Amino acid sequence: MPSLPRLLLRVFLPLLALALTLAAPARAQLTIEIVGGAGTTVPIAVVPFEGENRFPLGISGIVGADLSRSGLFKLVDDTGIVPRPARGEDVRAGDFRARGADAVVVGSTRLLADGRVEVRFALVDVVKQVQLAGMTYTVAPAQFRATAHKIADIVYEKFTGDAGVFSTRIAYITKQGTRYELIVADADGNAPQAVVTSNEPLLSPSWSPDGSRIAYVSLENRKPVVYLQSLATGARQVVANFRGSNSAPAWSPDGRRLIVTLTKDGGSQLFLINADGTGVQRILSSPGIDTEASFMPDGQSILFTSDRGGTPQVYRLNLATNVIERLTFDGGYNVSPRATPDGKGFVFVRRDGNRFMLGIQDFATRQVQMLTAGPLDESPSVAPNSKLVIYAAQQGGRGILAAVSSDGRVKQRLVSPASDVREPAWGPLLR
Amino acid sequence: MRKWIVAAFVIAALAGCSTTPTQDAAPVEDRTAGAAAGTGTSGTTTTGTSTAGVSGTATTAAGRNPLKDPASPLSKRSVYFDYDQFVVKDEYRSLVESHAKYLQANRNAKVAVQGNTDERGTREYNIALGQKRADALKKLMLLLGATEAQIETVSFGKEKPRREGHDETSWAENRRDDIVYAGE
Repeated sequence: MPSLPRLLLRVFLPLLALALTLAAPARAQLTIEIVGGAGTTVPIAVVPFEGENRFPLGISGIVGADLSRSGLFKLVDDTGIVPRPARGEDVRAGDFRARGADAVVVGSTRLLADGRVEVRFALVDVVKQVQLAGMTYTVAPAQFRATAHKIADIVYEKFTGDAGVFSTRIAYITKQGTRYELIVADADGNAPQAVVTSNEPLLSPSWSPDGSRIAYVSLENRKPVVYLQSLATGARQVVANFRGSNSAPAWSPDGRRLIVTLTKDGGSQLFLINADGTGVQRILSSPGIDTEASFMPDGQSILFTSDRGGTPQVYRLNLATNVIERLTFDGGYNVSPRATPDGKGFVFVRRDGNRFMLGIQDFATRQVQMLTAGPLDESPSVAPNSKLVIYAAQQGGRGILAAVSSDGRVKQRLVSPASDVREPAWGPLLR
Repeated sequence: MRKWIVAAFVIAALAGCSTTPTQDAAPVEDRTAGAAAGTGTSGTTTTGTSTAGVSGTATTAAGRNPLKDPASPLSKRSVYFDYDQFVVKDEYRSLVESHAKYLQANRNAKVAVQGNTDERGTREYNIALGQKRADALKKLMLLLGATEAQIETVSFGKEKPRREGHDETSWAENRRDDIVYAGE
């Protein structure tokens, strides 16, 4: 147990029982279940790091859980391999090949005089018998979790060629009775923290590109108003509180402006606005609904939902040329477009009969692949490596979060024991 | 870990929900109190116009607020819509007319028209659909005597259902505009 939490527990333990009877239940953490796997997985052994059991968290367990949860790795049991290797050069390839592993993660932890810990790790390809990566970190024990995610990110990238997103964070909204909370948590559901609590609905959280702020919509003033909250200070400001409804915030890639839906001039229409709430500027005009805008990663164009053609469909607007192009044609309800960060396609929600499901469409080929089967899937948000999509679904009459790989193969459920969970937003990759 | 979260939560509770201790390298402060900013938003405050001591003079219901009088058509505040529809149905004509005439006679009176949808569809698109319903009602009220400055149209989308069920009865109840007078 790190020293800070231990101190907190010691000081407040006597009050715990009392507080628990008075207060709402502790913030429930999401746990992730894999419900479908990829076609091929990398068999990998994550050997317990030398000395890690002296620390409450350890490293290897978290690395293994990250890799396994991605659906792209299969953990190979290393029990009985003696002595356990702790450095890349100590790995005897034959020991691990005999158990079917293609790769091995080994490492060690060493307590330094100042209380910090030196964490070393190596990733060895036991097929080619080469070391693929090796790093040394000097961290406080409280940072073991973050360190383990970094190691998992490196392993993931070495084998897939894509950036790992184990170190990122997610935001989502929970509802318990009439209590709404905007929560920020690690991508694996750990360390959930409420950044906004309200007795009125909260929706549409959107991360600033640098991960420091979240824009969202609150109905606390008996109408939708767009707010901006700093995660570092907790300070918040109004971005858009014009006459009528203010909703659907989305950041520009440079983090200076947001695109929002305002009804101040009649109808739901798209506006650009500076992050400080100044400089509101209408960017489109339609007789019907334009909403749910999001920027393309290059910032040159936006995707949005419009019923200008009679049914809600996805359109793209080039902000420089003002050319509008309809992108979806199949079916009568295609909404909530979100471009993948690699710029190759976009994820959206399609209604088919009474089912709402996620699809992904390629910009170049216009080909659509349905990723989920519903029945009530919505609010897709794409991971910064473009490989996973987190979304809101219904299970047993309750809102849950789920994730699907952008090729549709790996499916995960993020289950919360207590509350209704919705409106996920995947935070940016922070280097 | 579990205890840790509990501990953090307890601290937050004890501290009057002002700040939680930071948990790792990237601190996030819980500004529960500041954020929810108990601005008395949800608690609808009623203006005390229905004053004490209603002396029953037979001629008029003097002293009674017609907006609150169950016998007045002005006490009826909800207009319901068919699925995927935004047209105010004829059956609500007299209800809408009553409110429009009231606004015409009371130019200082202001209303919010709050549009709502059933739970089907995405949250943000439903905000837009609810807005379309609110706008449709406003348009009719303007035709019947109210002025632009008196009516603000807003939408709750599917966020504030009156009925929580997942069936047609609940959906029908939730496809609705509510007329709410300023100060109510």
